[in-house]
Amino acid sequence: MSDALIMTGRSLRLSRRNIDALITSMALPVMMLLIFVYFFGGAIDTGTRYVTYVVPGVLLLCAGFGSANTAMAVTEDLKSGIIDRFRSLDIGGIPILTGHVLASAARNSLATALVLCLAFAIGFRPSATLAGWLAATAVLLVYILALSWLSAAIGLFVKSSEAAGGFTFFVSFLPYPSSAFVPTDTMPGWLQGFAAHQPVTKVIETLRGLLLGQPVGTTPWVALAWCAGILAVSAGASGLLFRRRTA
Amino acid sequence: MPEHPSDPHPSDAYARPAIEATGLTKSYGDLQVLRGVDFTVPRGAVHALLGPNGAGKTTAVRILATLSTADAGTARVAGHDIRTARSQVRRAISLTGQFAAVDEMQTGTENLRMMTRLAGRGRPAARARAAELLDRFDLTGAADRLVKTYSGGMRRRLDLAASLVGDPEVIFLDEPTTGLDPHGRAALWDVVRELSAQGTTVFLTTQYLEEADQLADRIAVLDKGVLAAEGTSAELKRRVAGHRLDLVLADSASYLRLASRATHTDPDTRTLGLPTDGSAAHIRALLDELDPTRTTVSRFSVHTATLDDVFLALTRSPAAEPAHV
Repeated sequence: MSDALIMTGRSLRLSRRNIDALITSMALPVMMLLIFVYFFGGAIDTGTRYVTYVVPGVLLLCAGFGSANTAMAVTEDLKSGIIDRFRSLDIGGIPILTGHVLASAARNSLATALVLCLAFAIGFRPSATLAGWLAATAVLLVYILALSWLSAAIGLFVKSSEAAGGFTFFVSFLPYPSSAFVPTDTMPGWLQGFAAHQPVTKVIETLRGLLLGQPVGTTPWVALAWCAGILAVSAGASGLLFRRRTA
Repeated sequence: MPEHPSDPHPSDAYARPAIEATGLTKSYGDLQVLRGVDFTVPRGAVHALLGPNGAGKTTAVRILATLSTADAGTARVAGHDIRTARSQVRRAISLTGQFAAVDEMQTGTENLRMMTRLAGRGRPAARARAAELLDRFDLTGAADRLVKTYSGGMRRRLDLAASLVGDPEVIFLDEPTTGLDPHGRAALWDVVRELSAQGTTVFLTTQYLEEADQLADRIAVLDKGVLAAEGTSAELKRRVAGHRLDLVLADSASYLRLASRATHTDPDTRTLGLPTDGSAAHIRALLDELDPTRTTVSRFSVHTATLDDVFLALTRSPAAEPAHV
């Protein structure tokens, strides 16, 4: 456990000094919010103010972008030989990867806070209770952790950081075929089935319901189950892949 | 050799050699990288594994350092079995590879503090240890600079410093001076000597005969996955010398008569190569001894022995090439 904390400190320091990636991971979500609200928002009818509708989607989109950096950080580590040094200090894969994942969660939380502040400034008015806020934050955090572990597993699976970037690009596109930006009933029939049931939709509906103070039913539990499943499979796969890549 | 799977008496470990390996083999697919290699390295010794690229040096080191597993064979490092007591081995050793295993985007101090804490020390101890190592490796002036601004030699020194954070009993250095300038190489040699003087066992790989000669108590020559020779530098030198005297013989009869003395033969040109130290006295003595009548040697030349000569000298068994003679 203390090894994981030391590794987290390392990953945070490295994130802080990778200024380009840090600025991109902060600026991109902000730009996405502005693009959706001001470029597309006028043409999309969601029955509410579009900024209110779209904020949960932008938060998830930025979680996707932010987690992608984890894959690149992991491939960089594998390339540099520092993993061998850690291993010869008897540090296993899980603490090393946990460090990357927790640093990713910290970066994402910062980007999320930034997007929320901007959203407030341009008219986002959620009506959530304190409990709703806490619940929404918890679900979002679990989603970020799940995506970061998935990203870490991808980083261990591919051979180069370019490939890692490409893979995680697909993951960060998952919010598009969902209810993130447009209601799913506007999509073609064959897509609706996927869009309505995929994990991102469940997470978005949870966030939207909680932030707008609407009844959410069992959706949060479905969302959490998806996230827990992705997290468990990714963390397990990471353990195996780490052993395979470093044998 | 008797098996001690569980080390019932820890003091036993100290009576054992620092490294003892038997019959290590390793293949990657169809490629046999190690084909049954044995090592015995006493505590506190400097042992060099000499060989060309692709000889299997890195594979051998990674297996002994528990970063790779052997297909067959057993080894104990610092008294612990590399398969069944991996963690104990790792706590007793360090490995410095060919690529600096430090974070470019952290400072020297940050790297060393992090490594020390990962080796199980608290924050205050890590702070002290980092400062001490930076001082010892002449990096205090660059302590708070990002490693990406370091020169190659500085990186290598920091890398070595990082491998010492846990006071390892056995240090593995994989081609520690490859890519260093002569100054950097000399500085690294000093560090190895210092470590050895303090009782640390050093197992290093190198492509350079001179490096093995300068540093090692014993040298093992690895070629195509097998040990071609092992011995002290003096023992090997007796067989390799360092220079080679090439003699062109006047006739086939004298060529055949003297061929058994040679480490290098070329029947087409009737040339024989013999080890020499390159001194005029030794060459004169050799010529007088081999050609007392001053008729059989028609020409001679002296070469610095290359690694190839070492291998030719060490791997050539008299029975192996009779057809050429």
